[in-house]
Amino acid sequence: MELAELEAAVGELVARARAHGLDFFDMHFEVCPADVIHTVGAYGVPTRFGHWSFGKAYYRLKTQYEHNLIRIYELVINADPCYAFLLEGNSPVQNKLVVAHVLAHADFFKNNVHFRRTSRAAVEAMARAAERIRTYELCYGRTRVESFLDAAMAVQEHVDPHRGVESPGAGEREVPHTPYDDLWDLDGPRRRSREVGNPAARPEKDVLLFILEHGRELADWERDVLAILRQEMLYFWPLMATRIVNEGWATYWHLRLLREMDLDEGEAVEFARLHAEVVQPLRWQINPYALGLKIFEDLERRYENSASHEGELNDRPGGQGKQKIFEVRATEDDVSFIRNYLTREIVDELNLFVYARAGRDWRVVSQDWQLVRDTLVARLTNCGFPYIVVEDGDYGRRGELYLKHCYEGMELDVHHLERTLPHVYHLWRRPVHLETVLEERRVVFSYDGERVRRSFAD
Amino acid sequence: MGPKFTVGKEDWALYRKGQTDQERHRQKVREAIKRNLMDIVAEESIIVSDGRKVLKVPIRYLEEFRFRFNEGRRRHVGQGEGGTKPGDLLGQEIRGRGGGRGAGDLPGVDYYEAEITVDELAELVCEDLGLPRLRPREPRLAGEAPDFRDVRKKGLSGNLDRRRTLLEAFKRSAREGRKACRGLVPGDLRYRTWDVTVRPEARAVVLAMMDTSGSMGTFEKYVARSFFFWMVRFLRARYQNVEVVFLAHHTEARETTEEEFFTRAESGGTRCSSVYRLALEIIGQRFPPRDYNIYAFHFSDGDNLVADNELCVQLVLKLLEVANMVGYAEVEGSHRSGSSLRNAYKRIRHPRFVSVVIRDKSEVYQALRAFFGVQVE
Repeated sequence: MELAELEAAVGELVARARAHGLDFFDMHFEVCPADVIHTVGAYGVPTRFGHWSFGKAYYRLKTQYEHNLIRIYELVINADPCYAFLLEGNSPVQNKLVVAHVLAHADFFKNNVHFRRTSRAAVEAMARAAERIRTYELCYGRTRVESFLDAAMAVQEHVDPHRGVESPGAGEREVPHTPYDDLWDLDGPRRRSREVGNPAARPEKDVLLFILEHGRELADWERDVLAILRQEMLYFWPLMATRIVNEGWATYWHLRLLREMDLDEGEAVEFARLHAEVVQPLRWQINPYALGLKIFEDLERRYENSASHEGELNDRPGGQGKQKIFEVRATEDDVSFIRNYLTREIVDELNLFVYARAGRDWRVVSQDWQLVRDTLVARLTNCGFPYIVVEDGDYGRRGELYLKHCYEGMELDVHHLERTLPHVYHLWRRPVHLETVLEERRVVFSYDGERVRRSFAD
Repeated sequence: MGPKFTVGKEDWALYRKGQTDQERHRQKVREAIKRNLMDIVAEESIIVSDGRKVLKVPIRYLEEFRFRFNEGRRRHVGQGEGGTKPGDLLGQEIRGRGGGRGAGDLPGVDYYEAEITVDELAELVCEDLGLPRLRPREPRLAGEAPDFRDVRKKGLSGNLDRRRTLLEAFKRSAREGRKACRGLVPGDLRYRTWDVTVRPEARAVVLAMMDTSGSMGTFEKYVARSFFFWMVRFLRARYQNVEVVFLAHHTEARETTEEEFFTRAESGGTRCSSVYRLALEIIGQRFPPRDYNIYAFHFSDGDNLVADNELCVQLVLKLLEVANMVGYAEVEGSHRSGSSLRNAYKRIRHPRFVSVVIRDKSEVYQALRAFFGVQVE
């Protein structure tokens, strides 16, 4: 597709999208080879620092592409102006679909409340961070920086996305006024010590921030690396937390905008085929494009149609379909989207089910819509990561780190846990502990620099 | 004024970030493989191949460890194509390495494959191995080899030395006082020519001896096979010619083909001395110790005729006189019984005699290291 032709198509789509009320940043569409798409896919942002794990992700994408297993048509970066990468060699229809899809993503980035606090200059910030990390590699040695990154990245998901850059909770923390304040506590029974330098007076969700602020033996460059990882995670978090609603929104709009366009017969067939590929069922997992689209279409229909039983029941005048979906795109993340709007009809229509392992077999357990909904919500909570907090930064008065997994019925992977604790030790440089629940029993895993031990707490 | 847009197509040729980090990942995989050599060395898919072909070995990607949920004990949500009922089977866990496609789709199974060729692997295996206590051999055995080390004015046109020819042309032009060099004349041409030189060639022979009596089971043979596979590869890296002679024995010993050696099961008692005697005979007839580096390795489960043990010790000592190394590996399988040849060999105190015990297939690599680890003198 010639650039001029693409430009014309983009122009038309931008005008149509705006007419529908989509509101996005200035856009830049970059046509680039598959390699670049895979790199951006692996790193998240093209200017990000280098690490072997990204190389692994890149290699994986590349191999899957070469074996024709996947084809990424587009990637979009939440920034102002918004960057979108189009795969070189896309057909005109592919490009139109992708551009329409991307415009809706950009609208979502700009208007969804969960993105309110993300930096729109992340591309530049990450380029600067990458530069600093390169400098550290030169100053402190590549392997040293790499192994620190390995360790820090092992806990990078454990940030508090609702906290923002400055900590609103800082004032609430118990700050001792004199060194003798802890004497007041002598009367009451206390489980663990609390003293200056141990601000984990209440459980701290932001493990990265806690280590960054209270790790006693971290060098300045190491603190900086932690800060970089944390900032980048806070940037990526809303993207992870709104995948279904965001993809649903974008799919809704590419469908709608392309249906309005003047496609000839061949193009219409190609578009139908492409769209069908996007929303095909995946068997082992839900397809966020299909599920999101279904919910948006369902919402629009229900709020548009006043004559329905539901409309009467809720005293809705009808004709609010568009208003409703724009409201949803502004306020929801995946968890609230599913909890509020996944209905029995959608679960049945998409043939969603809950499955689990029994022995060596994976079997369908249930098709009950409420169980489907609750299982999905549980899996999406905290972006699918276990909820881990710092309970104590001076455990046993030995400056040890005590983490707690807030168990909600889902056990941790012990194999991974035992190999992640040494990474935490690498950051904290003193013994670290993690409390969790296995087979209904409270258990504490500890790593002292040599080996992982587990002890049952009760 | 609404949002503006631009469409561009930059030159991305220099954007190599992904490739750079991919290379780093590859390096780390190699390091990880090195740390796990003992498991990989005993990998069945490698040993079964004929060893010559370049074959790809499945290796897991490096894992990134995280605090994460145990996917196997968790409920998942999937989507069917209609008509799904509770109790429907979606798939089964595939155990073991190289479980094939499909396994990667199952929740929680991080199954990707990185690739390494057997040659690369062999290089890693051999990296730390050396030939201990080599006796100097007279370079009697020699092969003829062409050696290009002269330049002449006449020669075969295929051997034209273009650089020297041009140089001659330049020099000639300069002598004739011209600034530019124009064309070549026959006198400018220079050819590389060779001399036939005689080069000493190092040769080695491996005497692979194995107990094939009834008590040697599949596991015992498998261990022997892995060991010989890697040893031959390692010796080939050191010597131009490595010959392997397979000797099987129960109460009698005989020379066999490689295939027979590893497949044929026999029965009966065990008399290890028979194979040593045969080995000495073969050395005497075909492999004069002056020309060959001789390595003799014997695999057995140690269940030897007690009366025979003393004779074995004597013969091993005799073998040591001619061989670079004599190794004895006792494979301790699941069913093991009383008397052990190993105990008899404890008396042999010779720097070139090494004995090991193998209990698990991962110990093959340790055996290799025990035999060929470069010893600190």
